[in-house]
Parts: sequence; C-alpha cells; structure tokens
Amino acid sequence: MASNSTASATEAPVFYQTEEAHPPSSTMLGFWLYLMSDCLIFAALFATYGVLGRSYAAGPGPKELFDLPLVAVNTSMLLFSSITYGFAMLSMERGSKGGTLGWLAITGLFGVAFVGLELFEFTHLIMEGAGPQRSAFLSSFFTLVGTHGVHVTCGIIWLITLMVQVSRLGLTAANKRRLMCLSLFWHFLDVIWIGVFSFVYLMGVLG
Amino acid sequence: MFSNPDVLKFIFGKLSFDSLPFHEPILVATFIGVMIGGIVVLGGITYLGKWGYLWREWITSVDHKKIGIMYMILGVIMLLRGFADALMMRGQQAMAFGENHGYLPPHHYDQVFTAHGVIMIFFVAMPFVTGLMNFVVPLQIGARDVSFPFLNNFSFWMTVAGAITVMISLFIGEFARTGWLAYPPLSGIAYSPDVGVDYYIWSLQIAGIGTTLSGVNLIATIVKMRAQGMTLMKMPVFTWTALCTNVLIVATFPILTVTLALLTLDRYVGTNFFTTEFGGNAMLYVNLIWIWGHPEVYILILPIFGVYSEIVSTFCGKRLFGYTSMVYATVVITILSYIVWLHHFFTMGSGASVNSFFGITTMIISIPTGAKMFNWLFTMYKGRIRFETPMIWTVGFMLTFVIGGMTGVMLAVPPADFVLHNSLFLIAHFHNVIIGGVVFGVFAGINFWFPKAFGFKLDAFWGKCSFWFWLIGFYFAFMPLYVLGLMGVTRRVSHFDDPSLQIWFVVAAFGAVLIAAGIGCFVLQIFFSIKNREKLRDVTGDPWGGRTLEWSTSSPPPDYNFAFSPVVRDQDAWWDMKQNGYVRPLEGFKAIHMPKNTGTGAILGALSIAFGFGMIWHIWWLAAVMFLAMVVVGIGHTFNYNRDFHIPANEVIEAEGKRTRLLGNQA
Amino acid sequence: MVVMNPAGDIAVQQRDLIVVSTILMLIIIIPVMALTAFFAWKYRQGNKSADYAPDWHHSTKLEVVIWSAPLAIIIALGAITWVTTHTLDPYRPLDRIAEGQAIPADVKPLTVEVVALDWKWLFIYPEQGIASVNELAAPVNTPINFKITSSGVMNSFFIPALAGQVYAMGGMETKLHAVINKPGDFEGFSANYSGAGFSDMRFTFKGVSQADFDSWVAKVKSDSTGLSRDNYLTLAKPSEREPVHYYGTVDNSLFSAIVNNCAEPGRMCMSDMAAIDAMGGGGMAGIYNVVNRDLNDKLMPGRKPVPVLDGDVAASTVKSYVGSLCTPTGQGAGGSLTQANYSKPVEGAALAPAASAL
Repeated sequence: MASNSTASATEAPVFYQTEEAHPPSSTMLGFWLYLMSDCLIFAALFATYGVLGRSYAAGPGPKELFDLPLVAVNTSMLLFSSITYGFAMLSMERGSKGGTLGWLAITGLFGVAFVGLELFEFTHLIMEGAGPQRSAFLSSFFTLVGTHGVHVTCGIIWLITLMVQVSRLGLTAANKRRLMCLSLFWHFLDVIWIGVFSFVYLMGVLG
Repeated sequence: MFSNPDVLKFIFGKLSFDSLPFHEPILVATFIGVMIGGIVVLGGITYLGKWGYLWREWITSVDHKKIGIMYMILGVIMLLRGFADALMMRGQQAMAFGENHGYLPPHHYDQVFTAHGVIMIFFVAMPFVTGLMNFVVPLQIGARDVSFPFLNNFSFWMTVAGAITVMISLFIGEFARTGWLAYPPLSGIAYSPDVGVDYYIWSLQIAGIGTTLSGVNLIATIVKMRAQGMTLMKMPVFTWTALCTNVLIVATFPILTVTLALLTLDRYVGTNFFTTEFGGNAMLYVNLIWIWGHPEVYILILPIFGVYSEIVSTFCGKRLFGYTSMVYATVVITILSYIVWLHHFFTMGSGASVNSFFGITTMIISIPTGAKMFNWLFTMYKGRIRFETPMIWTVGFMLTFVIGGMTGVMLAVPPADFVLHNSLFLIAHFHNVIIGGVVFGVFAGINFWFPKAFGFKLDAFWGKCSFWFWLIGFYFAFMPLYVLGLMGVTRRVSHFDDPSLQIWFVVAAFGAVLIAAGIGCFVLQIFFSIKNREKLRDVTGDPWGGRTLEWSTSSPPPDYNFAFSPVVRDQDAWWDMKQNGYVRPLEGFKAIHMPKNTGTGAILGALSIAFGFGMIWHIWWLAAVMFLAMVVVGIGHTFNYNRDFHIPANEVIEAEGKRTRLLGNQA
Repeated sequence: MVVMNPAGDIAVQQRDLIVVSTILMLIIIIPVMALTAFFAWKYRQGNKSADYAPDWHHSTKLEVVIWSAPLAIIIALGAITWVTTHTLDPYRPLDRIAEGQAIPADVKPLTVEVVALDWKWLFIYPEQGIASVNELAAPVNTPINFKITSSGVMNSFFIPALAGQVYAMGGMETKLHAVINKPGDFEGFSANYSGAGFSDMRFTFKGVSQADFDSWVAKVKSDSTGLSRDNYLTLAKPSEREPVHYYGTVDNSLFSAIVNNCAEPGRMCMSDMAAIDAMGGGGMAGIYNVVNRDLNDKLMPGRKPVPVLDGDVAASTVKSYVGSLCTPTGQGAGGSLTQANYSKPVEGAALAPAASAL
C-alpha cells in the first residue's frame, strides 16, 4: 500500500496540476460500453430464440419458411455495406470529403437494400399466414431479426444525418469522431447479423 | 362528429371519462391534495419569478452536482408516495380480519402493493443511489464533470419521465395488479386486459433508458477522468463500488429492457413468448426478469457499502481497514451477483442439482459481504469514533444488516426456502437488507455530503430523532413479519380469517407509523437546517475531517469543482494533502473549459411522457407524433456543435478569491 | 408457529434445517454484533484512555480470519445444502414416513392431482375416481404423491404443516412428495399471488386415519355430480370463496388434458404439439390450424388476431389456440381444415408425418 512518505525529503510533494488538464476523450470508451449493452439485448433475444426456436405450435418451421438464397443475397448486402463503410473511413483518413460522402452514400444504399429485402421477407411471411402470432418460434424469429432490422434502420438515419453534417461542416474532429462511432455501430450490426444468419437461418434450414 | 365512436376511439384510444377514478374517494381526495399542493408550488414559483432561474440553473443544467441533487429530490418525493402506499397496506392488513374486509378492496389493494414495490425500487432507491454517485464520484476522482454531461441531464429527465408516468396512473386509469415484477400469464393481455400493466411497462422502459445511459456515463467517467496519480488501487472505496454498480447496470438493464419488450409484444402484437397456447413459456420471463432483478439489488447495495466505508473511516479518524480486501470483496460480489438469480424461484421445480448450485453460489456471496462487515468493524477498532449523524446511521446499519444477511442465507438453502418462499419472512428479509442497508445508507450519505452540496450541516437533533424513529420503527414493523412468516402467512394477502394473526399486524402497523415519524423528522431536519443555515454554516469545505478529494474544495463546490486538477498520491488523497503540507493555491488561475447547459434532455423527457401515454392508452396518433418529435429533437441536438465554453480566468480568480477571504475570516 | 411446529416429516426436516442454519450463522453473527457494540462504545471519542492508531489499516492475520471464518461456515452450510436439497427434493419419492420409520410394505402411496383454478383448488384422486374442491384429505403415515398444475395463472401449492411449497403452473406438471404424521385439520393455500380472489384461495387439509379416509372417500363417492370436462370448464370459470364440494366420479383423462391445455374441446394438446414440433412442425398447412373463440363461444376461423390492429376488444375477449387435428364432433378447425378455411394448395407432405406421429 502506498504510504504517506512517498515524497523524498528534498522535493516538496505536488498536489495539483498548474496547467489545465485535458482528460482523454471518453467518447470511444462510452460508445463501446453502449455497444456492449446493445450486445446484451441481442444476447437476450438470441437466448429467447434458443429457448423458443423449436416451438412451432404445430405450425411451419424454418425449413418451410426460410428462403436461403434470398437471405444469402440479403447477407451479402450487409457485408458489402461493411466493406464500403471501410472505404469511407479510408477516405476520411485521407481527408477526402467527397470520397467519404460517396462511400457513405453507397453504404447507405446497401443498408436500404438490406432493410428492403428484410421487409419483403417479413411481408411475404405475414401474407402466408406465418406472422409473429402463429407460434413462439415465429414470435422469437420476428423479434430477433426485426430488432436487428430496426438497428440497421437507425444506422441509416444516423448515416444520413452524418452525411448532412459532413457536407456542411467538413471532416472536423467532431465529425470524424462521429463517423468512427457509426463505423463501430455498423460493423457491430454486421457481426450480429452473421450470428443471426448462422444461428437462425443456416441452422434452421440445414440443421 | 364527436358522437362517432370510431372518431372518438381514434382521438382518445382506450381513454374515456370512465378512466378517471371518481368512484374512489381516497384517490379523489389525493388528487385534490396534489392539485392544491401543485398550484401552491407552481404559483409560488411564478410569484417569485423563479421560472427563468429554474430553467437556466437546474432544468437545463449539465452540472453533475445539480443533477445529483435533483436525483435526491426526486427520490425524496417518490419516497413519500411509496411510503404512503406502505402505510395503506399496513393499515389494511391490520384491520381486514374475519367479517371486516378493510377499506381497500382487492382491486385497489393489489395496485397498492405493486406500486409500492415498483416505486420504492425504481423511483426511490435508484434515484437515491444514482444521485449520490452523480454528486460524489466526479468530486472524489478530482474531475470537472462526468464524461458525457448532456447524457447525464438526459438520463435524469428520462428517470423523471418514468416517475411521472407512474404518478399519472394514480389519477388516470390504474396501475398494474400483478406484483412488482409482473409475472405472466397474470400480466398478459388475457388476465390483465386493462392499462395497469402498460403503465408499468412504459414507465420502466422510459426510466430504464436513463438508467442504462447513466451507467455508461459513470463507467466512462471513472475509467477516463480520474485525477493524475489516482491508479485503480488508489480510488476511494465509494468510487470503486460506484464503478462496480455501473458495470452491473450496463450488464443487466438491457436484459430488463428486452424482457419488458417481449411482454409488450405479447400484449400489443399478440406474440407468444409467455403464453402457452402457441408454444411460449412463462418460465422464460421469470428467468429473464431475475437475471436483471438479482444484480439490481446489488446495484442498490454496493454503492451504499461504499458510503459506509467513507463514513466509517472519516468518523473513526482512521484509515479504512483492509482497503484491498474491500475492493476485491466488491468485485467478487459484482461477479457472483450474476449467477444467483435462480434462488428467487427454487420452488419452480428446477431439480435438486440446479437448486443447490444456485443456493450455494448465493451463500458464497455472504463471504465477501462478511469480509466487508469485518473491515468496518476493524476500522472502528482503535479509532476515535465521533458519533455524528452519519456515523450513527452506520452503526445502526451494521447491527441491523447482519440480521438481514442471516435470514438471507437461510432463504438460500433450497429446502428451507420451500417453506419460507413468498412468505412474510421473505418480505421481512428483503426489507431488512433494503431498509437496514440501502435506506440507512442513503440517510447516512445525505447527512454526510449535505454540507458539501450546500455549505451548511444538517441539524443534528432532528437527524438523530429521524434515526431513532427509523431504527425502532423498523424493528417494530418487520420483526412481526418474520414471526408471521414462520406462522405460514404468505405475502400480498388483503384479508385474513385467522384472528390470532391480527396482533402481529397491529404491531407492524405501529412500526410503520414510527417510520412515518422518522420520515417526518427528516423533513423537519431539512426545514430547520435551512432555517438555521447561518448557524450550521461550514466555510472550510471540510466539516468532518474528510479523507477524500471532495473535501478539498469549497462547499458548495464551484461549477468547475477544482481550480487546479488535483494530483493524487494516496487512496486517502485529501488526508495525505493535509498531512503533508498542502497549501491552497492562491494565484495562477486559468480559464476553465466546461460543458454548456442544454434543454434537450428535459424536452426529450417531456416528449417521452406523452409518447408513453399514447402507447398506454392506444392513442396511436399521439404516440407516433411524439416518437417522431423525439427523433427530430434528438437529431437536431446533434447539429449543435457549440457545446462548451470557457469560464474566463477572472471569474475563477473572483470565485477563488472569495473563498480565500472566507477562509481568512474563519482563521 | 406452524413452520416451526409442523406435522409432516418433510416439513419437520425443513424446520430442522432452518434451525441448524440459523445456529451455524449465529456463530458469526453474534460476535459481529457484540464487537460492533463493544467497539462503538470503547472507541468513542470521549474515551481518551482507549488506544488510537490512525494509520493502522492492515493485518494479514486478521484478514485471513475474516475471510476464512465465514468461508468455513459456508463450507459447512454448503455441504448441508447440497445433501438436503437432494434428500428433500420435492420430486424425489419418499423413502421413509418419519425419522427411523421406513415405509411399511403394505402401504401404497396415495396419488393426488392438484389443479389451481381462479381462485380455488381442485383435488383429483385418480385411484379413487373422485375429486373435491377446496378440501384435501389424506391418511396419516401414507406417502402422498402430488401432481400439480394450474388452469392458467401461476399459483403455489402450500400446506405449511405438511411440506414446502411448489409452484402450480399452466401447461406444466410439477411434483411434490410428502407425508402427514399427525391427524388434524391443517391450512393450505396459494403462496403465489394470482389475482383478485387470491386472498381467499384457501383449503383445508385433513390428515385422518385410514378408516376415516375410507369413509371420507365413500362420502365423496356418494355425491352424484361427476367431474366431466363440461363440469370442469364450468368450475374453471373465475370465482371467489368457493364452498367445499365433491365430485363422485371423475373423467380419467381430465388431469392430463388440463396439464396439456386441452380440456376444452377442439384444442390441440401440448403433448401432441410437442410431438409434431419434434418432427419439424406442422408445415405450411399448420398455419391455418388456428381457432378463435369469442366470449359467446362462437367459432372464428383464421389466424390469431393482432390486438392493436384488430381492436382492443378482441385482445381480451377472444381466445386463440391451435386446433386439434382430429375431433370427432367436428368442432375443431382440424375437422374442417380441408373444406372451409383452407383455400391454398396443401403441401401434402407437411401434415403427413405429423399425423403419423399421433
């Protein structure tokens, strides 16, 4: 344990900083913490799906309902969007405002395509009568996948907001920090989706 | 046009004239009382022309100290509401025997015990604990504010919005009649078709957002904003406990969010998570809610352990015994609290091995908790104990809490739990730890840090009255419940047949009245302290002979907390400074970088109340419009890049000069 | 205090456990409380003669003691917990009727099926073919096997004098094994809040001699009312302070139907549903196998309503469930699956495995 006699006798102890202290920015840590709490939301939803995912209530199961080729296209949309977001960040590092905005726009379009395909899938299921009310399996499926979709939608809205802010004010330090946060968020959703794709779709249809 | 039921339904959803409880005289009287009180307060503010002051200095403030104080005020107000519920329950159970059915029909009584639990945990204990952490932590670590000052303000107003939503249920519609954790199927649409459970869900969801974000904020603050030299093992114990609590918050509140969201979907969309008809499973809800619920009790108690640690070492004039083992004990409790949840439902038939696993992990928690108790004990050993109000509360806690700890371990033994579960013994146990632990600690903390927040001490006489009424009242109110539990009396019962039980309930009701007197003394303590504030004034900033950094600055601290950021060499940093010739700097002041106030948090909070109200009453247009408004306001806020400013050097010089003169007068 | 002075062997052992664990913990609690009071008094500020060591804050010896003493207690208590949790597991059949008394060879355990209803208790005696409401009788020194379920809301079946409680949950069967050693009338109730009539959800548990039990059975048998499914559905409707009454005969399949949520005609039993689900579900055709009934018991074909879209009334007054596949009366959707409700082409394979599973 530290004791009170750490200061040597010759040197007067320093009790305060005379220069203005600048604590390191907490934004990235804070955002990581938020992402981890969000991750727990998905963890709980995955657990719910794990518990209820085979309770079809004598209704249809994943084999009848899921259209793997469609989901594969959907997945590739999101994976591509992650790559293009990466390019946007590279442009940002180079200081290219136009490049950043361009890649962000492409990312957004991929995101919209992803959400659109998901909505198409949902509508199709509901029209067939396999809505979230039909069984506990479908309830947990719609909730898990839908929550992810809502997150992507929020991400798109955020992305548009950031595009407006970047185009207005340029790649300022604040905007760069925000782009970094969105980048984390976007890739995080990608990782979650890989879990959804493997755990829900692949294991559901092939397992 | 308005006679068309479809139009009415579109405009008002499920809301109608019948939703107003005109037929309940108790509620009408309460409503009139609240209205008169409200008009007096609002009229008073208008008369004194204080609206602008309130808006500028408090409502929009991002200062962690003011937000902390506002949390404490919220806690006190909601304590009065929650305690009124408690008195009503004690009254009902003391009289409802045989032919006498008491004054509360089940319809009302069941709302009262649900509201009591929800309010006391979410809107009394949580604001108190969050308030203490908000006020104290940045000061203890030598920071100017929290990491995300706006988020802090937003979190607070979301908590308030949740509290207001609960309060609205008192006068429009009704509250849940399900018990405080709203187990399905009872809380499902089939058994609770009215709006009570919806009030429950939306108030907790709104407040929960605030709590989670506040957790993120405080972790980031503690990790990133500590003063130079304050390594983790030099952090004050309160800051350590705050860190662990906020880790628990971030790690558990999302589970609550999901659990309530699934219940919402079952109720609103007709999904089948917790209904058996289409393959759902209510036991899933019980597991999920307790995965949040058990850590929640440690979220409440851990920072309070920190409060006691600070108080014991301060008033014993002695270094805390076993700092390192205290820290490890805290961390161990944090981790263990996550793997004990099943002990809340041993009686669900999980099998002997599962039950014993969770029973034994629960008991293991008592080891680090016991170590903490010993650490406080040996801090008192060879100390010079000053029995000021905070210390009295602490000794009261030490003697009371161990009883609750003992009964808690008894409940952790599954076969014993089979006879004690859901009984009044259980009720007595958790009130024993929550009142004897959390509430005593909150009052100790208020008495301890009040002079820091306002510059004058709280009146000791009324503080001691409050303590004795609470302590004696507690024993009178809850020891009979232990006995009743052993007589096989279960909880949440509004009417009894066996007359031999009545005497115990009467004693418990008497205890509740004593506690009411304790709360009354606390209110009087505040009143007389404000009245006699000049006599109680402390200009030193260090009225108790404190040990940690918050006592090194003035009381109340300036907006910027410290004119110069402190450098820490020891876990008792301020004690170290006082021992080793610290001289307060008198010159060289510079401009200080600070965050700007913003009204966005309060606006979002207000919008979320309207949004929640729309969802509760199925007024879809209102919910949609308010949701959209929240999104727009939120995005609009991100377009404001001008969020900070510098307090000019001459203002700092002026503030510090004023303090120098005060200290000089003192000497 | 009934918990401290019970009349059944299981409850007696649970009482002993409470006593033992209390004593074990008092070994720590009493010294802590005494030392707290003593230190608070001895080291008060006014006592200048007491030692004052402001910097004393560590002692390895003490640290070892304060961690290992509670640890030792918890190891002892943990061992007791592990053993007793297994021996007193409510699912474990009894191996004795009291301390030192094995179950006599000629004694056959009594089976009682317990159903928690809103807000009363139904006890079915399958071996005797009788049932009673809010009254439970059992011969002394005879092991009782309770099978417990609920018609919907979660309750907890608790007779403090007999044994600890076990939850009663809809769609599930929980178990309790116990024995009553002393004759007498004991109180039983629900220990888990279940709604408006919960406070009066009480019943009498009669511990009686074998002869008295036989005459009680005869008395119940003499009741002309039989517990058919129809009578059960009438009984299951919410009521408070239901007086004791008997059923002289019982539909043997009723309890299993209640557990499987299919006491109502036309409902698919959960066991059948589980069998179909284990085969991969009911296929696309299964989508339409949903029945809705409104309060007037009118059948509404189709899908489960969405509360917020289909109106608030629907949510609370319409019961939706999966229809049974084969109902002789043609009440279920299953019977009319291929005619009225089903207009889409059937993926023939989908229902076939399900049907064979039944």
